[in-house]
Amino acid sequence: MLTIAFALVFFYAPNDADQGFIFKIFYVHVPMAIVALVGFVAGGVFGALHLRSREAKWDMRSYVTIHISVILAVGVLVTGSIWARASWGHWFVWDEPMLVSFLIVFLLYATYWPLRFSIEDKEKQSRYASVFAIVAGAFVPLNFAAVRMAESFTHPQTATTTTSAPASVTLTFLVALAGMTLLFVTLCKYEMASKHATFRLRALRRRLAGSDDELALTGRSAAPQL
Amino acid sequence: MRSTVVALLAKELTLEWRTRESVPAMVLFSIATYVVFHFGLDRDRVVGDLASGVLWVTLLFAAILGINRLFVAEYEQGGFDGFLLAPVDRTALLVAKALTLFVFLCIVELVAVPAFALLLLGPPLTQALPGLVLVLLLANAGIAVLGTLVAGLAIQTRARDLIVPLIALPLLVPVLLAAARCATPLLADGGAGALPGNWLAILAIYDLLFALIAFAVFDFLLED
Repeated sequence: MLTIAFALVFFYAPNDADQGFIFKIFYVHVPMAIVALVGFVAGGVFGALHLRSREAKWDMRSYVTIHISVILAVGVLVTGSIWARASWGHWFVWDEPMLVSFLIVFLLYATYWPLRFSIEDKEKQSRYASVFAIVAGAFVPLNFAAVRMAESFTHPQTATTTTSAPASVTLTFLVALAGMTLLFVTLCKYEMASKHATFRLRALRRRLAGSDDELALTGRSAAPQL
Repeated sequence: MRSTVVALLAKELTLEWRTRESVPAMVLFSIATYVVFHFGLDRDRVVGDLASGVLWVTLLFAAILGINRLFVAEYEQGGFDGFLLAPVDRTALLVAKALTLFVFLCIVELVAVPAFALLLLGPPLTQALPGLVLVLLLANAGIAVLGTLVAGLAIQTRARDLIVPLIALPLLVPVLLAAARCATPLLADGGAGALPGNWLAILAIYDLLFALIAFAVFDFLLED
């Protein structure tokens, strides 16, 4: 599935050579942003499911979704800065609602890890992280709405430009979006599989070592246990 | 539920009156922050959006101080266990603590806003006062709700004082934004302007939405 995702993501490269090269970053930047934001909200939904059912798998899904969304968010901020530098001459512009909203959301989610790391009891950690995921997931759309009202609109609005753009651009964009979504899902599955393997390894190690203190063997971690 | 909230609120206010922990610290911190702003901005008087910004940033950071201390007494002295054992609705704690923080913020502002007018504010405060009071009340409500939620989230962590500002500040940015936009025309040079209705509405809606979310989610923070 990973190869399909990458094939889709790179499929767009041959299309559209007529916008000027730097515009191509749009096909990476915007899908990444959309997927990251949807991922944050999904993390909130998974957190709510965890609180409802108390099953560890939902907390795992919430954690992994937020983790990968944050990584994508870093990518968005970096690609956005590069694009901003190329087209507007500045690395970061304060009177852009999108940039500011995204920065705030990123800063909020960056606190997810210190929060998880500083609570030692695993069950409490999962519960508190789920509450945080719900609050932050609800915050994302509100933040964008609030900041957008505050500032002027020189950041290109994706929804309006795609309807007025030529068909080739729209098609490429949709393909890029689909590719990015598949990439996100694949990375989530990868990370969850990796965590499963790590915990299986730790359980085996614990069994070999006898009834030692669990914390001494595994150390504190921010990741949810299974 | 109402009697529980009243009882808890009375307890909080009595505790604060006897120990005088949070509120004097918040007030002194506000005044110290004005001094810092005076030196940092290198100005004798501020007007308009700068005044609005200075006022709100100061109040926000003073509120963070209050949020840090909000659940500490419960945590250290087994108050959570006692509350869970009582046959009352758990969200009463959320309401009581939010009201407590709201009252604390109002008391702090009773001192901090006149101090601001004395120390840094350019135009006289009297014309702006009714509108400013409304904005302050709405903003206090938002800070109270979000602050209680974040305090509840952070109380079980080891690095409580570090986590609270990190989580609270991004969540409070829309409150800050709306409140600053509301206060800017009020503190303008040459007489207060009209209060921007749309920003007031945004502030009110944000407060309401997060109150609902806090209501839904707070129970889970109290479990053992």
